[in-house]
Amino acid sequence: MTHHSKSLSGVAVAGAFAAALGLAATTTPAFAADEQEKCFGVAKAGANDCAAGAGTTCAGSSTIDYQGNAWKLVPKGTCTTMELPGGRKGSLTALDRDNPPA
Amino acid sequence: MSRPASLGESPIPRTSGVGLKPEHYRDILDGAPDIGWFEIHAENYMGAGGPPHAYLTAIRERYPISLHGVGLSIGGAGPLDAGHLTRLRVLADRYEPALFSEHLAWSSHDTVYLNDLLPLPYTDETLARVCEHIDQVQNTMKRQMLLENPSTYIAYAETTMREVDFLREIVRRTGCGLLLDVNNVFVQAANHGFGADDYLDDFPMEHVGEIHLGGHADDSDEDGSPLLIDDHGREVADPVWTLYARTLGRTGAVPTLIEWDNDVPDWPTLFAEAKRADRLLAAQAATAHAERVVAT
Amino acid sequence: MTSDGLQREGAFAHAILDADAAVPAALAHRDGRVPARRFAVYRNNVYAGLINTLESRFPATAKLVGEAFFRAMSREYVETTPPVSAVLLNYGADFPDFIGGFPPASAVPYLADVARIEWAWHAAYHAADAEPLSQEALTALGARAEAAAFKLHPSASVVRSRYPVITIWELTMRGGEDEPVRLPAGGEDALVLRPALQVEVRRLPQGGAAFIDALMAGATLQDAAVAAAGQEPAFDLAANLAGLMRSGALAGTR
Repeated sequence: MTHHSKSLSGVAVAGAFAAALGLAATTTPAFAADEQEKCFGVAKAGANDCAAGAGTTCAGSSTIDYQGNAWKLVPKGTCTTMELPGGRKGSLTALDRDNPPA
Repeated sequence: MSRPASLGESPIPRTSGVGLKPEHYRDILDGAPDIGWFEIHAENYMGAGGPPHAYLTAIRERYPISLHGVGLSIGGAGPLDAGHLTRLRVLADRYEPALFSEHLAWSSHDTVYLNDLLPLPYTDETLARVCEHIDQVQNTMKRQMLLENPSTYIAYAETTMREVDFLREIVRRTGCGLLLDVNNVFVQAANHGFGADDYLDDFPMEHVGEIHLGGHADDSDEDGSPLLIDDHGREVADPVWTLYARTLGRTGAVPTLIEWDNDVPDWPTLFAEAKRADRLLAAQAATAHAERVVAT
Repeated sequence: MTSDGLQREGAFAHAILDADAAVPAALAHRDGRVPARRFAVYRNNVYAGLINTLESRFPATAKLVGEAFFRAMSREYVETTPPVSAVLLNYGADFPDFIGGFPPASAVPYLADVARIEWAWHAAYHAADAEPLSQEALTALGARAEAAAFKLHPSASVVRSRYPVITIWELTMRGGEDEPVRLPAGGEDALVLRPALQVEVRRLPQGGAAFIDALMAGATLQDAAVAAAGQEPAFDLAANLAGLMRSGALAGTR
C-alpha cells in the first residue's frame, strides 16, 4: 500500500488528471490501438429500447404459459456454441459434470 | 431540476386516441399522425428519467394525454399504497393529463403486487371500501377520476349487487366519472351469461367520460362454456364495434381509446383501428347535429 | 369486516402464486362445479405477465439458455420472489443473484453475470438524467482535481466478472453465430452508463472497477487512485480518467 501511495502522490494525480484531459480532448484513440477494443470500447449490442420500455399493461394473457419444470430441463440456448478457456462449454455435457448429485 | 413551463390546457377531443407504446414513439414524432390523443399506463412512466420520459415529454408537447393507472388496487381490502398515490400525483403534475382513470379491481395484497386486475365481490362492505379509496384518490390527485368497469372470469358467492348498480352507487357517493370499456362488457356478458345489451341499457351513460375498445381472445372452460379473455392482443371484434355504435347513440361522441397492449402491431395497423372508431364518432356527431336541426 | 376482505384476498393471492393450491372457496360455483379453469386465467395472467417482463428485460440471458429453460427458471423466481411494487420497472433487480444460486443453471457459469449486465442496462435506461461534466468544467478544476470527490452519473454502474461477460453478452445479442466461439481468457469488468439517451456498455481497463467503486463511495480522486492501484498494480490513472471523461461518466463534484 505504502509504495502505491508514494507512486500516486498529489503531484502524480495532478499530472495524470492533466494528461487525461489531453487524452479526452483528442479525437485519436485514447488507448493503444490493440487496447482500443478491450478498454472503454463501446459494446454495440442490439439491446432494444422497446424491450426495456415494456412493462405494465392492463391486459390479460391469452397464451397459456408453459409450466416447465426447470429441475428437469437443461439450458439449450446459444451457450452451446461458446467455449470458455479450459474447454468448459456452456453445453449439455457440462451439465452432467456440474450438477449436484440427485 | 427547474420546473418546466405549464403545458397548458389540452382537453381530450371527442375523437379516438390510442395507447402509447414505445414501439411507436418514432412513428408518432416523425410522422405527426392525425390522432386526437394518447393514453399512457402510469406505472410505465414511474422511472426517474431516460428515453420514456424524453419521448413522452416530446409527445405531450404535441398531443393531449390521458393518464391510466393500472396498479393502485382501488378494489383492495387493505389501505391504498400512499407512496404509489404520490407517484401518480407527481406524474399528473408533470404531464397535466386531461383525463385520469383507474380500475374497479385489486392487484396488491399485503406486500405482494400481483400484476393483474383481480375481481372483487360486490357487497355493501366492498362498496364502502371502494368509495373510501376513490375519495382518497380524488382528494390527493385534485381531479376527478374515471372508474373503469372490469372484465372478470369468476364471480363470488357473497356478491349481493349487480355490477351496474355497484358502479352507479360509487358514482353517486364519490362524484367520480366512469370509463366504459365496451369490450369488457362483451367479455363479462359472455363469461357470466348475461346480455351485453341489457347491461349497457342499464349503464349510467351520463357519467361516461371515456370509452375503451380492445381485442379479446376466445376460449372455453371445462364444460365448453365460452371463456373470453381480455388480452388486448388483436383487433376489436365485430360484435364489440356493434355494441360501441349502439352505445354512442346514448352517450353522444365520447373520447374513445383503442387498447392494443400485447402483440403490439405496427403503427399503420393501430392507426387504422383508431380511424374506424373516428368514423363512428363522426357519424354520431352528424346524427346528433341533424337531430338538433330538426328539433329547432 | 375488513379482515374478512383481507382474508379473502389473501386466499386468492395464495391460490394464484401456488399452482398446487386449491381454487379459493369464496368463488361462486357454476352449475355446482368449481370454476377451476376460469380461476386459472388469473394464475396464468400473473405468471405469463411477469415472466414476459423478465424475458424482455433479460433477452441475452434468455437466449443463452433457450426459451423453455428461461421461462421455467423465471417461474420459480416469480413464485419465490413476486413483485412488491406496482412499479414493475423495479422488478428483477435480484434475478441475477437468483440465477447465480439456481442449480439447474450452473452449467452456464457466466449466466448470472450476463444477467447483471442486463439489469445494469435496464436500470441505466430508466435512471435519472444528468448532464456529464464538460471538458471546460473539467479543465477549470485544475489543481483542485486531486482533492475533488467526483459524482458519477446517476445511470452508472459497474459489473465485475470472472468471465468475459461483455464479449458473451455482445455475441449473444448480435446472434447468428453457428461457429463455436472461443472466448478470451480472463474476466471482463463493465461500466454501464447512459450519458444521454443511449445506454452504453464499456470494458473497463485493469483497476477501473476498483477506481469507480471508490469514486462512487465518495472517495477523492487521490484516494480512489490509491485504492485502485492497491488492488491492481498495473492501474493507469491517466487512461482510466480519460476513459471516464470521454464516456461522460463524471457528472459533477461533491
